[in-house]
Amino acid sequence: VSEQVIVRTEEPRRFQQPPTKRRRLPFSNWHLLLFPLMFVMLFPLIWMVITSIELPREAHQFPPVLIPDHVHWQNYPDALKAAPFGRFFLNSLVVSLTVVAGNLVLCSLAGYAFARVRFVGAEIVFILLLATLMVPFQVTMVPAFLIVKWLGLHVSPAIGIDSLGALILPSFVQVFGIFMLRQFFRTLPVELEEAARIDGASRLGVLFKIVLPLSLPALSTLAALMFLFSWNDFLWPLIVIQTQQHQTVQLGLAYFQGAHVTEWTLLMAGNVMSLLPMLLVFFLAQRYFVRSVATTGLKG
Amino acid sequence: MRADEGVRLEALNAAPRSRWQRITRSEHLVGWSLAGPAVFLVALFAIFPFFWSLVLSFQENNLLSPKAKWVGWANYDKLAHDPIFTAAIRHTLIYTSLFVPLSIVGGLFVAVAVNRKIHFVAFYRTAIFITLAISTISTAIMFLWLTDPTFGLVNEVLHVFGIGPQQFLSSTKEALYVIVAMDVWGWLGFTVIIYLAALQGVPQELYEAAAIDGASPWSTFRRVTFPLLGPATLFLVIWLTINALQLFAEVYLTTRGGPLFATTVIVYYLFHKTFEQFDAGLGAAAAWVLFTGILALSLVELWIGRRKVHYSS
Repeated sequence: VSEQVIVRTEEPRRFQQPPTKRRRLPFSNWHLLLFPLMFVMLFPLIWMVITSIELPREAHQFPPVLIPDHVHWQNYPDALKAAPFGRFFLNSLVVSLTVVAGNLVLCSLAGYAFARVRFVGAEIVFILLLATLMVPFQVTMVPAFLIVKWLGLHVSPAIGIDSLGALILPSFVQVFGIFMLRQFFRTLPVELEEAARIDGASRLGVLFKIVLPLSLPALSTLAALMFLFSWNDFLWPLIVIQTQQHQTVQLGLAYFQGAHVTEWTLLMAGNVMSLLPMLLVFFLAQRYFVRSVATTGLKG
Repeated sequence: MRADEGVRLEALNAAPRSRWQRITRSEHLVGWSLAGPAVFLVALFAIFPFFWSLVLSFQENNLLSPKAKWVGWANYDKLAHDPIFTAAIRHTLIYTSLFVPLSIVGGLFVAVAVNRKIHFVAFYRTAIFITLAISTISTAIMFLWLTDPTFGLVNEVLHVFGIGPQQFLSSTKEALYVIVAMDVWGWLGFTVIIYLAALQGVPQELYEAAAIDGASPWSTFRRVTFPLLGPATLFLVIWLTINALQLFAEVYLTTRGGPLFATTVIVYYLFHKTFEQFDAGLGAAAAWVLFTGILALSLVELWIGRRKVHYSS
């Protein structure tokens, strides 16, 4: 027996092949962790959908009714009657899309200037811009509110208190976007731009015909992030918007909750409706969504 | 310098013929007209308000009338002597010190799990990433319903395990922890994505080398994987801390800082003072306390990170 052991240890071991595991289960042990986790992650959503199709008396039972006798769709029209969710959507969509457009255009222009053009004050201004990234929104919130109030009184009510313009304007340019695009533009080969300029193209021509077409991944990532940020924003709309006709989805949903605190079936129907568009986008573009968050997350 | 490069630069810098061309070709003008609109908006809504809020914190201002009275350090003095503000700081720190480590450990563990080539891994990932599409307000409403003291499902589950009904968000002892749980759930997708991206950047050769050295899976993780995740961990710790210190929407929706101020956090406090009691000076002072706190904590985390985290070139 001892001879055999010696022989075995002296044999060259083959490390290229992973050692075969003894398996007690017909599947990987990780499923024991992941399956319950999947349940925990999805259950709040499933329970929301189930409650949204229950009768109020089914929701107000203890122990809870896990599967209702029949599907009660009526909660959805009832929720729509109780609050103008369509209006909220339209407002959120207008605000978010305008914010995305503003950032794409203005951050591209500024990002390009800081990446390629040598102009007086560029360094100091860029450092000032970066410094604003350190400041939490709550610090600038009160003066921003007073500025918006002043703008509404002296410039135009369309950008004053209780307007969609007031939701758009402060987010129209995000320093994060300028920074991200500047970093991206600097990675592009400068020779292409020089060649175009020798051929007589202007700075703007170079930006629009050469730089931006090469930057589509960065631009689409920025668009996705700005849309998410704007769609989910809550504190600024809460302090600026005063009437229901200007509420965004998040704000409308919060007020809806406040007005129907114990009407759980109605609340869940409203919540499902408010989530549907984002969930739809998520399922259609999960890969792209995930990549956007992953890449900018680490660079941001 | 190559010969053709010199020619190119010469062409670019060729003397403009007219005065008009000199102005339009001027890099200063081009630079400022490109960056100007963005810089103007940032100056208007971030840089100028930053200094204004510092001034505001030494003033009395009710948001309604334009006049503001200089009061010196009175607002900061009021904060220091307001037991609710000190409680708000304590609640914010308790929340942060639970939310950040739980998210990091949980996110890392789950990311390692879904980084394997096992069956249904795509389903698992989708189930975790789905929280990215769900807003804080929606999450808060869902958890309000799950933890409802009378009809909530969580009490039913506890009942099955022989635990009596809990008050959750209506309890001064439990409310803050329910909010922690809600946010760990809501942020799991984000932490897992960041860790997963970092895990997939770990070179396969290192794992092979560790296997040749006969390292166990645990020591491979501890000595190879985890150190290489250093930059991702540092980023997440700082990012999650900054967000945790700014906790607001969840509290606003579920408890309004209650019961009995048990979930009053700094941002809820300053929102309440500014926009519900119209004491903008006090609100600005609280915001500056928050700002210095965030800055200090981030710098400490960065400093520790500099010493512990190794960046591969």
